[in-house]
Amino acid sequence: MFSTEEFGQYETAWCPGCGNFSILQAVKRALVACRLRPHQILFVSGIGQAAKAPHYLNANVFNGLHGRSLPVATGAKLANPDLTVIVESGDGCIYGEGGNHFLAAIRRNIDITMLVHDNQVYGLTKGQASPTSDEGFTTKAQPEGAASAPFNPIAVAVAMQAGFVARGFAAMTDHLSGLIQQAIAYRGFGFIDVLQPCVSFNRVNTWDWYKERCKPLPQEYDAMDWQTAMQVAREWGDKIPVGIIYRNGRPSLGERIGRGPLVVQDVDRRTMRKIMEGYG
Amino acid sequence: MVNHGDNKTRSILNILIGGEAGQGLVTVGQILAKSLVRSGYSIVVTQSYQSRIRGGHNTFAIRVGVDEVIAPQEAVDLLVALDAETVKLHKEEMSSVGLIIADEAFDGTDKATLNIPTRRLASDQYANTAALGAVAAVLGLDGQLVARTVEDYFGKAHPEIAEENRRVLEESFRLAAGQAGIFEKLLPTVAHPPQRLMMNGNEAIALGAITAGVKFYSFYPMTPATSIGLTLAAWAKDMGLVVEQAEDEIAAINMSLGASFAGAPSMVGTSGGGFALMGEGVSLAAMTETPVVIVVAQRPAPATGLPTRTEQADLEFVLHAGHGEFPRAILSPGTVEGCFYLTRKAFELAEKFQGPIFIMTDEFLADSYRAVRPFEVEALSPIQPWSLEKPSVSIPYCRYAITDTGISTRILPGLTEHLIVADSDEHTEDGHLTEDLLVRKRMVEKRLKKAEAIRAEVIPPQARGEEKPDLLLLCWGSSEGAVVEASSMMSSRGIRTATLHFSQVWPLVSEHFMGRLQEAKEVVCVEGNATGQLARLIRRETGFHIRNRVLRYDGLPITPDFILRELNQER
Repeated sequence: MFSTEEFGQYETAWCPGCGNFSILQAVKRALVACRLRPHQILFVSGIGQAAKAPHYLNANVFNGLHGRSLPVATGAKLANPDLTVIVESGDGCIYGEGGNHFLAAIRRNIDITMLVHDNQVYGLTKGQASPTSDEGFTTKAQPEGAASAPFNPIAVAVAMQAGFVARGFAAMTDHLSGLIQQAIAYRGFGFIDVLQPCVSFNRVNTWDWYKERCKPLPQEYDAMDWQTAMQVAREWGDKIPVGIIYRNGRPSLGERIGRGPLVVQDVDRRTMRKIMEGYG
Repeated sequence: MVNHGDNKTRSILNILIGGEAGQGLVTVGQILAKSLVRSGYSIVVTQSYQSRIRGGHNTFAIRVGVDEVIAPQEAVDLLVALDAETVKLHKEEMSSVGLIIADEAFDGTDKATLNIPTRRLASDQYANTAALGAVAAVLGLDGQLVARTVEDYFGKAHPEIAEENRRVLEESFRLAAGQAGIFEKLLPTVAHPPQRLMMNGNEAIALGAITAGVKFYSFYPMTPATSIGLTLAAWAKDMGLVVEQAEDEIAAINMSLGASFAGAPSMVGTSGGGFALMGEGVSLAAMTETPVVIVVAQRPAPATGLPTRTEQADLEFVLHAGHGEFPRAILSPGTVEGCFYLTRKAFELAEKFQGPIFIMTDEFLADSYRAVRPFEVEALSPIQPWSLEKPSVSIPYCRYAITDTGISTRILPGLTEHLIVADSDEHTEDGHLTEDLLVRKRMVEKRLKKAEAIRAEVIPPQARGEEKPDLLLLCWGSSEGAVVEASSMMSSRGIRTATLHFSQVWPLVSEHFMGRLQEAKEVVCVEGNATGQLARLIRRETGFHIRNRVLRYDGLPITPDFILRELNQER
């Protein structure tokens, strides 16, 4: 009953060798492992090459505006808490255009999973610096090198005590699939920054560059320890830690609101009458 | 009008309460207004406040009548001064009835004044209650009824405050009533008060939405739209609806679209600046064919403008908001009842045509309390985005199936095994993004096709007065009452007048009103903006050029007096 075949196989608009292919595989495997059927899932994405991912599997999809996937996902989850809601978009979409929604989603701890395909560059618009590009990264738009310091989404999320903060790497597909499963199982905002190369527009952060650096966190690592997590979140250099960097047990916004799909609930006439009387 | 044969007793009276922000001015205003409604009078409230929390000069005006009152009035019959500044600022606006109620410490007027010894009655905190007691007595209201209304406001939450309020109210009422003979009861008693509700435009929108079955409202606080969200939030738990304060207006509209996609009838409310941020979301609603009701409570702009004043200058903005071409409807209620019923209509239209539907109000109407006939809750059915028949739709499901009407069957994600795919990109019938340019052309036509069905449901403008008038006054939205009253004032002076009020300003169906325009000797468009946006829109759509306009753009509501003044200037 539960198999990756059920999620289909589609032709994509991605470049050969793109990191998106293995992320898509990891997602499908995680969905199967979570014993989810396509109609139980809603993917919400923005705009960018990563945001096309939901078109390449069978599920409910709302492919919205650049930067605005999180508010759409939040509304959908509040309207129907029974849906498994997954946001999938890129670093430019989530951290750039939609930065405020990223901060708000962490604060709400809405029960959705967010996968950010992070390739440190704008791919679809052909190679400008993204919020996560390293300082000095040269592009046609930044010929003297990116002047801004890179945004560290993991450190920001940990600093804000987000409920579930993880980093994955596209080439470590099994490991990534495991992270996605845990993020879906987590009853709150499950956030995974997924490192991936852009084979067309990022000549610095390549498959090899990431492979040399991405190392899983040790078995004994305690993700509940916030102080340590803050330090690990800032590690970015010869070694880039991947795995669940921080988690806690904050209740989610969905839990605080509770109950099934709003649409199937009756509009209570008796209460309505009472409300009207209050204006008399 | 009732003739009471007494120069003091009036069938219509304009009461103006003035003071600083933070003095409990609005509380007193609301309690007095409610007491009047419970006593059987009709009211029109005009609130004028500054964009600050303390200090400044604010007013709460109640025009009250034995018969129905429909518009604000400029001349003040009864001035209730909570500070000395109020006397100074408003004594020149006093009518011949002209009575001032003020603390004995405030002086500097030669007008008839009833002094309240506030300090002997209570501490400063209760000065507003002392004023309320005096006003109630002078108006001739039933002291018990006013005391009950005060209790309803303060009763449960703070028993000790309620008790002190009751004491101050009673003493002040007795003191003022003791001066009968000097001050007659200003209002004739209504023998059998009809049952009425008191609410303002924003509350009526919230209640209309509740009866329509709203399940999701997202907003970012912005005057003058905020109290729609506050009203819904107050009933959210009881009614099982979600009210979410978003991080910004961009998030607000996108959340509502997400909720609506998942089946919850959804609404957002904002004002011009916030709506500017929603622009891309409006376009998204159209492209994804997601129902959403958008309330734009206008205030003077550009930019931050006058945050707490009123204007009707966003018609063209709302009409054109959102990139690309797509159908929409814009409703513009003229009364508080209109706010209620047109909000229900907006939900029906949004659900039926699967896209953005607008309600345009303004600060004046949003904050204007009125006495309204109770709504027949039993007869008001909520919309049904979900029906059990729909799952008979075949799988694979095409969210954007091409149909004769342009409207595709909408089913909701997660409730059946159908997969629903919505896309902001141009898309195929099954919702997936496409760059097939033949599909593109068909989808543009599909979306625009819905305009025909929207047109078929347009509310015709309401015509009143002479069929072949010498003067026809056109208006839209909140100025309805002022225009109708100005017209009947002129008509009583022998001028053949008529009015035409648009409670839907888009789409315009020329057959609904062209005859009226052509039959009139002179047409004047009355609008709360500086350029005559409705007049321009009518010309664009029909070729009919309305050259004469009465335009108000000083931040104040259009009044009958204003219209008459402007017309006399022109003649």
